[in-house]
Amino acid sequence: MADTQMTPGVIAGRLPPDAYAENFADLHPPLDRHEAAVAADRCYFCHDAPCITACPTDIDIPLFIRQISTGTPESAAMTIFDMNILGGMCARVCPTETLCEEACVREAAEGKPVEIGRLQRYATDTLMDRPHPYTRAKPTGRTVAVIGAGPAGLACAHRLAMLGHGVTVFEARPKSGGLNEYGIASYKTPDGFAQKEVEWLLSISGITIRHNKQVGRDISLATLRKDHDAVFIGIGLGATNALDIEGSDLPGVEDAVDFIARLRQSDDPATLPIGRDVVVIGGGMTAVDAAVQSRLLGAQTVTMVYRREAERMNASLFERELAQTNGVRIITGAVPVRVTGQNRVEAVEFAYAVQDGGALRPGPDRFTLPADQVLRAIGQSMVPITNDPADAIEQDGASLHTGPGGRTTPHGYVFAGGDCTATGENLTVTAVAQGRDAAMEIHATLMGDG
Amino acid sequence: MADLTSNFVGIKSPNPFWLASAPPTDKAYNVVRAFKAGWGGVVWKTLGEEGPPVVNVNGPRYGAIWGADRRLLGMNNIELITDRPLEVNLREIKQVKRDWPDRAVVVSIMVPCEEAAWKAILPLVEETGADGIELNFGCPHGMSERGMGSAVGQVPEYVEMVARWCKQYSRMPVIVKLTPNITDVRHSARAAVKGGADAVSLINTINSITSVDLDTMSPEPSIDGKGSHGGYCGPAVKPIALHMVADIARDEECKGIPISGIGGITTWRDAAEFLVLGAGNLQVCTAAMTYGFKVVEEMKSGLSQWMDEKGYTSVDQVSRRAVPNITDWRFLNLNYVAKAKIDQDLCIKCGRCYAACEDTSHQAIAMNPGRVFEVIDAECVACNLCVNVCPVENCITLEPMAPGTTDPRTGLVVEPGYANWTTHPNNPSAVAAE
Ligand SMILES: Cc1cc2nc3c(=O)[nH]c(=O)nc-3n(C[C@H](O)[C@H](O)[C@H](O)COP(=O)(O)OP(=O)(O)OC[C@H]3O[C@@H](n4cnc5c(N)ncnc54)[C@H](O)[C@@H]3O)c2cc1C
Ligand SMILES: Cc1cc2nc3c(=O)[nH]c(=O)nc-3n(C[C@H](O)[C@H](O)[C@H](O)COP(=O)(O)O)c2cc1C
Ligand code: SF4
Repeated sequence: MADTQMTPGVIAGRLPPDAYAENFADLHPPLDRHEAAVAADRCYFCHDAPCITACPTDIDIPLFIRQISTGTPESAAMTIFDMNILGGMCARVCPTETLCEEACVREAAEGKPVEIGRLQRYATDTLMDRPHPYTRAKPTGRTVAVIGAGPAGLACAHRLAMLGHGVTVFEARPKSGGLNEYGIASYKTPDGFAQKEVEWLLSISGITIRHNKQVGRDISLATLRKDHDAVFIGIGLGATNALDIEGSDLPGVEDAVDFIARLRQSDDPATLPIGRDVVVIGGGMTAVDAAVQSRLLGAQTVTMVYRREAERMNASLFERELAQTNGVRIITGAVPVRVTGQNRVEAVEFAYAVQDGGALRPGPDRFTLPADQVLRAIGQSMVPITNDPADAIEQDGASLHTGPGGRTTPHGYVFAGGDCTATGENLTVTAVAQGRDAAMEIHATLMGDG
Repeated sequence: MADLTSNFVGIKSPNPFWLASAPPTDKAYNVVRAFKAGWGGVVWKTLGEEGPPVVNVNGPRYGAIWGADRRLLGMNNIELITDRPLEVNLREIKQVKRDWPDRAVVVSIMVPCEEAAWKAILPLVEETGADGIELNFGCPHGMSERGMGSAVGQVPEYVEMVARWCKQYSRMPVIVKLTPNITDVRHSARAAVKGGADAVSLINTINSITSVDLDTMSPEPSIDGKGSHGGYCGPAVKPIALHMVADIARDEECKGIPISGIGGITTWRDAAEFLVLGAGNLQVCTAAMTYGFKVVEEMKSGLSQWMDEKGYTSVDQVSRRAVPNITDWRFLNLNYVAKAKIDQDLCIKCGRCYAACEDTSHQAIAMNPGRVFEVIDAECVACNLCVNVCPVENCITLEPMAPGTTDPRTGLVVEPGYANWTTHPNNPSAVAAE
């Protein structure tokens, strides 16, 4: 008999074969021309528009929407790419409900914002299948090393290449894209979009990527500083926070980001083993993505447990509702106290949390959830690439400290952006903004007016 | 319940909504279905002389202007008068009128501007039992190149002459359909009055080119790469039509000639506006062509509801009700001083009023911290632009200032009573106030 959602254990192929394609299809399918015209018509072309302020990359949203409504989505795409070269990815993954669309005056007026994200996708899609629209400035003869080929590194590299600098990107993984390739939920960026976008971006030329090169292990920051005029660090958050409770080392307990990366790298989700009863611990975007995708893979029950109240979750209301419509149960105000099982995980015991001064403590009320798979999503932190005081990088255990333009030191030529820095929300769009701004700062510094 | 029955120059119909002379009225099949759907009357698609009928183009006849959601805002056409044989039309008209005695059946006619031609066709039409005739002096394309349609309507002497022939050679009520493609519609209307016409109807379509294909360089509608101007109609032409209707309604020389209002009537509200500005009944073409015959349901229910709410019991009570309020600019009250006011509770902070006033008007809106937009009374000239660009209805209003208060813009006290330009000190030809 074929396996079903009810089959115990961690197994692949719980669903009928054709269910997977449907489950992992585009969350927000593209608008067609007419839909885009109608959606664009709703924009009021606000003065000093609040949506622009809300966009970390400051895209001129009313302008690009007007360009769509007048039948020139290609110009609209340029308005977007001028500010955000990963505008295609951002159109798919930005939590617009907490960014531009939250600020939209029509959200205030009628609770229904202009569909900025989908319009941005409509515009950017028109240019992604065409030759790269930007050309490089005259070569400056300067070279910059970029560490990490995630959104921050790629945005920085593209802007530097455009300004005429030579860029070498050092990337620890075998593929570029960072979490666009290894982290973002499959249904937000299906059909290999992340790799397509990277190829499109790199076709500006002037950027060399060296994969499988981990800075700090394979090559030192000091060497990069010696060989290049400037260095940009965009290494994201490589470490996950540990779950320090009894039984957390039992087989079946793993990091949600590893589970997601496996899913993203798989050609066929039907071959991915998934538990019947999955428990996800955490309340951020990673937790939601892990929980939803567990359901989409065929888990019978998926429960997300977060230690504080729902409003404090990093996942937006939209994300939480997405989880709930996908059949994920969300329990708030509870902390895990013990993972139990014979040879592998069988259950997790939780306690409702009580406030103890500033801290949360497990209280007396307990409950147990059966689990054959437990996914940890309780936060990530940076893995430092150097501990050498000579590098003079300001950092703590979790992140790099940066000044304006992403400088890590007041005087040096090392800059940083994206998740690995302490500033800004950990979002793709923020990483792009910081990478771009650091490139401008590097350019100004190298060309002498910085 | 308001009584919607209509008596327009002696032609009775159960409601004032007629289909204008156009494709919806080109054959018995359409007209019968229109009557079943509830239309009060029709003006039959324009008939031409006996003999081989005109031919139409075999490519697209219509061009259009759309809103973003493909809402049809304006349409133009290069269709000619009926391309069916005269005898067929006459036979059908007779049959329809016999089967639908309570509905108005008016026949539109366009023949060459010669007495003999009119003398020949009028008895044939009269023989059908039709309720009246409408003289098509408006068609601005194709037929006008042959000296008919708007080519006649543009020369008041011709209008008067043909109207007179028709009154002379037939006993039917004569409605003269006017072209808007002139500088002052009152001249054509006065000519119709002089010629003895019973009524005028307006507007026919407006000369127009709706668009050009920027790849082929052909105007639309494109016939094998070329286009010619067409007649514009639909919602976009309503303001032009309303003005022309009102102009005739208040013209003394037009002597209150009954007006059949046409041009962009799409809803009951449009219809009511035509009525109060001078129309005695209404003709509709594009709205029916866009939405089908069923739209008349909404027009009837809406008009009737509004009349009930206002206590009007008949169409006659409504007709011309706003005519006394149409005046010349020079008679507008210059003592009426208003200021824009923004309702902060309704404001959604889009800032469009600010952009409009700051960039293109009087710098009378302040953008305060937190995107709070406020009118600066000392600058506001009450132009209404902010009201027009504000996406929220009633968020910005123009509030009149009470007499006795001081207008901070001019420093002058708002005077009670009425004063206009004719007596204004800045007017070089001012006359002393009476
Ligand atoms: C599961 C998940 C879902 C998410 N969903 C969303 C979402 O829907 N919307 C959204 O806006 N954001 C989302 N985010 C956040 C978003 O992905 C990140 O904010 C963004 O990718 C940060 O970009 P980055 O370039 O700073 O880092 P990363 O994307 O993490 O890229 C860093 C790159 O550096 C490389 N690297 C690391 N260390 C080294 C080294 N020592 N040497 C060389 N290379 C190195 C890594 O391999 C990686 O390629 C999600 C994050 C996760 C984990
Ligand atoms: C396709 C088409 C054909 C028309 N043919 C005639 C016609 O034969 N005779 C006529 O008097 N008016 C004709 N008209 C003008 C209409 O009767 C009417 O005056 C005009 O369209 C304005 O009204 P509307 O805005 O309701 O369409 C035609 C209009 C259209 C759209
Ligand atoms: S009415 Fe005109 S002048 Fe007054 S605030 Fe509005 S736009 Fe400005």
